[in-house]
Amino acid sequence: MSGSGVVTVYGNGAITETSTNKKSPFSVKVGLAQMLRGGVIMDVVNAEQARIAEEAGACAVMALERVPADIRAQGGVARMSDPQLIKEIKRAVTIPVMAKARIGHFVEAQILEAIGVDYVDESEVLTLADDENHINKHNFQIPFVCGCRNLGEALRRIREGAAMIRTKGEAGTGNIIEAVRHVRSVMGDIRVLRNMDDDEVFTFAKKISAPYDLVMQTKQLGRLPVVHFAAGGVATPADAALMMQLGCDGVFVGSGVFKSGDPARRARAIVQAVTHYSDPGMLADVSCGLGEAMVGINLNDEKVERYAARSE
Amino acid sequence: MAIGVLAFQGSFNEHIAVLRRIGVKGVEIRKPEQLQNVAALIIPGGESTTMAKLAEFHNMFPALREFVKMGKPVWGTCAGLIFLANKVVGQKAGGQELVGGLDCTVHRNFFGSQIQSFEAEISVPHIADKEGGPPGFRGVFIRAPAILEVGPEVDVLAEVPVPDKVKNSDIAKEIQEVNPECLNKVAVAVKQGNLLGTAFHPELTADSRWHMYFVKMVNDQSEEAKIETETETETSSNIIKSGDSSALQDPKIELPIYLP
Repeated sequence: MSGSGVVTVYGNGAITETSTNKKSPFSVKVGLAQMLRGGVIMDVVNAEQARIAEEAGACAVMALERVPADIRAQGGVARMSDPQLIKEIKRAVTIPVMAKARIGHFVEAQILEAIGVDYVDESEVLTLADDENHINKHNFQIPFVCGCRNLGEALRRIREGAAMIRTKGEAGTGNIIEAVRHVRSVMGDIRVLRNMDDDEVFTFAKKISAPYDLVMQTKQLGRLPVVHFAAGGVATPADAALMMQLGCDGVFVGSGVFKSGDPARRARAIVQAVTHYSDPGMLADVSCGLGEAMVGINLNDEKVERYAARSE
Repeated sequence: MAIGVLAFQGSFNEHIAVLRRIGVKGVEIRKPEQLQNVAALIIPGGESTTMAKLAEFHNMFPALREFVKMGKPVWGTCAGLIFLANKVVGQKAGGQELVGGLDCTVHRNFFGSQIQSFEAEISVPHIADKEGGPPGFRGVFIRAPAILEVGPEVDVLAEVPVPDKVKNSDIAKEIQEVNPECLNKVAVAVKQGNLLGTAFHPELTADSRWHMYFVKMVNDQSEEAKIETETETETSSNIIKSGDSSALQDPKIELPIYLP
């Protein structure tokens, strides 16, 4: 079985890797994501913010030049961050450092791999480099996290080699509605799938345009076969706990922390909210006196660009 | 009584799933008072900095130290090993709080970042002796720590050769200062009394021998306690009555185990 990432519950090769990437098998890639479970990953733009995030208890940081809220405000083409900045952030903290590459831009991913980031986010928040194809993530030793809006999209990304999935939400808005919609869509589809007759799974796989074997595996597991975080619009501890109660393994917080009045306190409160997501008393305690939350954007406005819809 | 799993962050679900597989009940521990209801504790893998921060927010360290001092079995995997160590090198600026108790020096990110994470077949003669099975174990090392130096009372249960990449990195200098012998091989599993520490993640593999080994440590411990306090109530009775059915009925779904 060497050279293929097989899932024991099925025994007969549900997830097989297409590459002969022996040094960094899929199990190790998923393993790091598993170590992040129950944690919060925060967007930071410099070493100082990274230190604040680490002190607050973030389980990883996402190194960026601009947080999504600023990308929205300033417009223009958003690209991979300067490797120099990522290196500085890497030096400043001991927790894992992630960085974003444009969708389909495999050279940016190669550069990020070369400077030794721990995880690459192939992100729709940056401007697309390829509007048809995603990066073939099997070719990399480094693990990838990818966004999704529904089950089909999640399983397509996993087939391309993503070792971690985040539901997209709508980054940089401070508005949780899209995140809820996407998490509910994924979880709802999984619930439908679980109660489905095995004979119907073929058509269901076709309908959601996902590989049959992964659909079947998801059905048997009753969850995505990789770690599943929520993202896009989390601004308060309650938002984070909502995502956890809907069934996510952890939360990405982008603009929500460092666009608020008191980043250190808010970061710490969101970390605690994710740990104690099912304890309303504790959530009430940590939500007290956090200062101003980020302003946020109303998504009923037609002029707001939808990042989530940029890729399929 | 059940086995507690510190559930601040990290792979606590995976540990509970393995315990369930071998018929033992695992309980999530998030508050100091919950420690009173468990016979033993597993500190899972995760980000040690994050876990230390959360433990600090909830004033967990005094309770954890007390738990270790009482001689109750505690097992740390990866981040948990860092928690249990008396001394840690390569930490974040300002250091982090530790539970301590295990007389050894641990290097936090000895094997480097994610791209240097690896799987290796490690030799575990002690575990094979006690639990049977093959003499090797599939060790998953993820941004793993390593044990550079151990005190006289600590038994080393497994070692791995040091990858060339580490030998040529800056870490080599730090190692040289602590223990020059570590340039060839380092300890990755140790035991001292009732404390067990592993740098890899047995909870991510299908092989549950490490968990069975730990459960035996717990049973031995409660047996001893029983002899000492024969007259007291049954609070320290054996935690595992072969195949505790209630422990197996937990419907929670876990991630699949990926083979290399």
